[in-house]
Amino acid sequence: MKVLISGNEAIAEGAIQAGCSFYAGYPITPQNEIPAYMSVHMPQAGGVFIQAESELAAINMVYGASATGVRSMTSSSSPGVSLKQEGISYIAGAELPAVIVNIMRGGPGLGNIAPSQSDYFQATHGGGHGDYRLIVLAPATVQEAYDFMSLGFSLAEKYRNPAMILGDGMLAQMMEPINIKKSRIKNQKYARPWALTGCRGRKPNIVKSFYMQEGDLEKFNLHLQEKYKTIEAQEQRHEGLFLDDAEIVLVSYGSMSRIAKGAVQRLREKGKKVGLLRPVSLWPFPKKAFGQIRVHPGGRLKFLVIEMSYGQMLNDVKLALNCKYPVEFLGRAGGGIPTEDEIIKRTLSLLSR
Amino acid sequence: MKKIFSRPESLRDISTHYCSGCGHGIAHRLVAEVIDELKIRERVIAVAPVGCAVVAYDYWNFDCSEAAHGRALAVATAIKRVRPKNIVFTYQGDGDLAAIGANETIHAANRGENLSVIFINNAIYGMTGGQMAPTTLVGQKTATTQRGRAAQEHGHPLKISEMLGPLPGVKYVERVSLHSPQEVLKAKKAIKQAFQNQIGNIGFSLVEILSPCPTYWGLTPKKSLDWIRDVMVKEFPLGRIK
Ligand SMILES: Cc1ncc(C[n+]2csc(CCOP(=O)(O)OP(=O)(O)O)c2C)c(N)n1
Ligand code: SF4
Repeated sequence: MKVLISGNEAIAEGAIQAGCSFYAGYPITPQNEIPAYMSVHMPQAGGVFIQAESELAAINMVYGASATGVRSMTSSSSPGVSLKQEGISYIAGAELPAVIVNIMRGGPGLGNIAPSQSDYFQATHGGGHGDYRLIVLAPATVQEAYDFMSLGFSLAEKYRNPAMILGDGMLAQMMEPINIKKSRIKNQKYARPWALTGCRGRKPNIVKSFYMQEGDLEKFNLHLQEKYKTIEAQEQRHEGLFLDDAEIVLVSYGSMSRIAKGAVQRLREKGKKVGLLRPVSLWPFPKKAFGQIRVHPGGRLKFLVIEMSYGQMLNDVKLALNCKYPVEFLGRAGGGIPTEDEIIKRTLSLLSR
Repeated sequence: MKKIFSRPESLRDISTHYCSGCGHGIAHRLVAEVIDELKIRERVIAVAPVGCAVVAYDYWNFDCSEAAHGRALAVATAIKRVRPKNIVFTYQGDGDLAAIGANETIHAANRGENLSVIFINNAIYGMTGGQMAPTTLVGQKTATTQRGRAAQEHGHPLKISEMLGPLPGVKYVERVSLHSPQEVLKAKKAIKQAFQNQIGNIGFSLVEILSPCPTYWGLTPKKSLDWIRDVMVKEFPLGRIK
């Protein structure tokens, strides 16, 4: 079924079709359409919607619902996601699956409500305390915003780990026609013997992240590290465009990558050897894709990272390339968005050097 | 010979980590006895706090979740909403429930969540080494009020039970104490009421239990009980609040 829908609504509908049965959130722009949609459609789908008293309460409600084994999510925007960090760390520490949506806005502080990508560090390099990792998916289209909800839930359940959908105000507010399934997933694929359901016919289950016996927490951390290694090996996702003969590769994710893609297409029309690498999973970072890019015989190779931030993904790109190639940066934040023209100008100047 | 006293099935057979004279052990046992008597052990999902009782799940023999410090009622709200047939309760200290988690407490109560709340008021932060709690008495010496709590500077003890009472969503609030065998029996009755209310879908029920912390009160176990009887109940009067 084809519908015209906004990014926020696509996220909410995607979650419901993915079998999400619990939503808790606290209002914050630019993601308010998600709780509004959920308040109507979640109960209709037989699930629970709660407008929580704060983001702290919301993320801990998600922790509770998830501890019983139901698909659970929350959504917020930057300042609210900062408040959720302790809870996200607990969810990771208790190995609970859950999906957290961050529709990023300008920061720091209260910032503004303009689209931004300034929470990349927080999402991919910690945010909360402890050696945990968050699976982070960055949709670039409204269709992906919809599709990544079911992908996010299934990865979260497969690895018993929280997953984040990282979008921004542009993606959230734009409307695009998308295909939706209207066949709500009923049965979850992965068994949940750990879930709290009452101990009838089995030993009691405990959901916790507290390990006081000497050595236990280190052992648990090593188990997490093993899991993260598996995720890094198996779950890297990216989109590549014209990478075979590119002399300059633009690197950009989320809605920013669509502007970069427009620039790539216009430059290709002029015969310029420009490619695009869009990280789709921000963690695990698609290192393999970077490793596979080769210099064209007799040619040269440069990278230009483009973000709505002052270079938060930049270092991950340099690390993925082992600093083998020059990496340049173009970024704006706080409401500024690099334009197609700015990108083209910068790319041409890099090609002429 | 007829066995007239034994360990409840809801309590595991392990040795305690609580200090001697601590009230947590008694309160754990009362909860376990009530759950046995109501035959709900296999339906129960408990939510443990962060505080000395963080490992309550090591003692209880039923499903249990840990919650971040202060968030037990948010966690419990969600569990009960998605599994309304289970019996869900929180067990929280005064720092957990009345300080860092005060917001969650007020809003879960105001939503009228059908939950049972066991609130351990020991007028101090035990786990972190005896700092002032919102319930610390005026004049009481703690690690962070070494000359005694001063009302002008620190405010008066926060009476969260009296604050919750007027909320329409709140159906039952009672303050009990562990300072004597008679009071312990009353405490058990109140705990039972809070669980029965949930079973009967009556709504939010909270039992505040005045509980000794000899270690950080700097008193012997016996003197701690006397202090509850002679001093603490004057600030926190016992009985039904709602
Ligand atoms: C976010 C956060 N802040 C602070 C702490 C440290 N902390 C652990 S327990 C506690 C207070 C415990 O006091 P109470 O709730 O009264 O329980 P008691 O130990 O007295 O039973 C504090 C401040 C924590 N674990 N998490
Ligand atoms: S510190 Fe106080 S509350 Fe904690 S176990 Fe010891 S006596 Fe009990």
